[in-house]
Amino acid sequence: MSVNFLISQAKNIQIVINENAAEIEALDQNIGDGDHIFNVQRGLKLVVELEDDIKNLPLQKGLNMIAMKVLSGIGGSSGALFGTFFMSMAKTPDLDKDIDFKKACEMVITGVNAMKERGKADVGEKTMMDVLIPVSEKLNELKSGNTDMKDGLSEIIKIAEDRMLGTKDMLATKGRASFLGERAKGHIDPGARSSQLIIDTICKSLINK
Amino acid sequence: MKKFINNVDDFLKESLNGFGKAHSDIIKVNFEPNFISRKTKTKEGKVSLISGGGSGHEPMHGGFVGHGMLDAACPGFVFSAPTPDQMQAAAEHVDSGAGVLFIVKNYSGDIMNFQMGAEMYSGKNDSIITNDDVAVEDSTFTTGRRGVAATVLVEKIVGSLAENGGSLEECKRLGEKVNKNSGTMGVAFTSCTVPAAGKPTFDIGNDEMEFGVGIHGEPGRKREKIQPSKTIVNNMLEAILDDLKPQKNEKTLLFINGMGGTPLTELYLVYDDACEILKSKGIEITRSLVGNYCTSLEMQGASITLLKCDEEILKKWDSPVHTAAMRWGM
Repeated sequence: MSVNFLISQAKNIQIVINENAAEIEALDQNIGDGDHIFNVQRGLKLVVELEDDIKNLPLQKGLNMIAMKVLSGIGGSSGALFGTFFMSMAKTPDLDKDIDFKKACEMVITGVNAMKERGKADVGEKTMMDVLIPVSEKLNELKSGNTDMKDGLSEIIKIAEDRMLGTKDMLATKGRASFLGERAKGHIDPGARSSQLIIDTICKSLINK
Repeated sequence: MKKFINNVDDFLKESLNGFGKAHSDIIKVNFEPNFISRKTKTKEGKVSLISGGGSGHEPMHGGFVGHGMLDAACPGFVFSAPTPDQMQAAAEHVDSGAGVLFIVKNYSGDIMNFQMGAEMYSGKNDSIITNDDVAVEDSTFTTGRRGVAATVLVEKIVGSLAENGGSLEECKRLGEKVNKNSGTMGVAFTSCTVPAAGKPTFDIGNDEMEFGVGIHGEPGRKREKIQPSKTIVNNMLEAILDDLKPQKNEKTLLFINGMGGTPLTELYLVYDDACEILKSKGIEITRSLVGNYCTSLEMQGASITLLKCDEEILKKWDSPVHTAAMRWGM
């Protein structure tokens, strides 16, 4: 993993998110207030625009700059959560050494744990954490096991999709959807959908490399 | 979408520019990061009050910056919580050494961003969270009740205490007391349209209303057929009284708040209905506030807030205030 890797992933994700923007917006209007997709799009645009400023920086510095950009440029819950994610990833030890798959797993796990702490949300609450936590747990397993990386990534794609779909029948207990009670049932959580798309995009690009 | 817009991306900046020019005698708008502060420096020893939230609720919160109320307000994008660097910059700008009290409405995004802002600010600070909306159930397992129109009352009443030398601890205590003693219930007849979205946030029939709506057009308790004002107001008050349980002859402040698209004529009619119903229940209305203070863009609808008042609250409510949206006694 390097700053250039992060930028190229952000570009891929931007394309996928833009393609699915109408769907995510509609999901959010069902159970939220419709701002999620704009926040995600704004964040991706800001990160992609950072390219010239950060492309030659060491990973830790690059991550910190991405974190500050996301934190100050997005707003809402997404800004705080994704900002926290990058900020904590940057705190993973030994980022100045070569980043192999194991290390990358460790970084993502650190980031997801920090998001969990910040949002005080766990699985089963109809939020993006329903996708991110199980993915992070799987990464933890892969990090210490002997599974082939590409097989592991395929499993992650599957987990993210299942968990995203699983939010459909949940009652929300966090975020704005929580105010709906029973009425939130039957709708996929927009944050879970955008997170799943992000994970799907990254995993597929690594598998096809 | 029909709105006064030049370019969606410039919407907030241009609106803040206008606000700054229109009220240059009271406030100053700072950009990048965005915050509105008083024109004059916070006097030494005075606790600074900072609030903020997504834009689209004007005059909340920028309209409440000035003598007797807030020291600064941090506006986020429309209906999106402001970012931590805004709160940090605002705190650094206004704190005179007596500390900063953040007043935060109970919405996940606001809570997280204010928390991070507070962590990033090195000076003494504390926060109060408002959650006056009785439409949603309060439970330790959920995000809990939303912070809505009573935030205006908290900012006015705590603002007076801070202006008169109250300490950070005293301001926090009074803010929590006002929050605990108030209950709000909202109803919407139409949706609002977020400029970036370009279309209404929710669909609602011509003869329908959303009972218990939040201030972003997020759904509330139930969707119902529209009814005569007396029936709607009675149902709203019942929900509030169930929660607040005021004593007989208890003094209250009755606050009828417009959501942005309902004319004052109707808000006064709601006030009349509410007075009659409260009178029949033996509840004394000692203070009133009617107008658009905590809005949801152009949404048609209103919220009712009832605040149980003791002598301390009444005294602080009556004391002078001079902001863009509220002015009396000076």
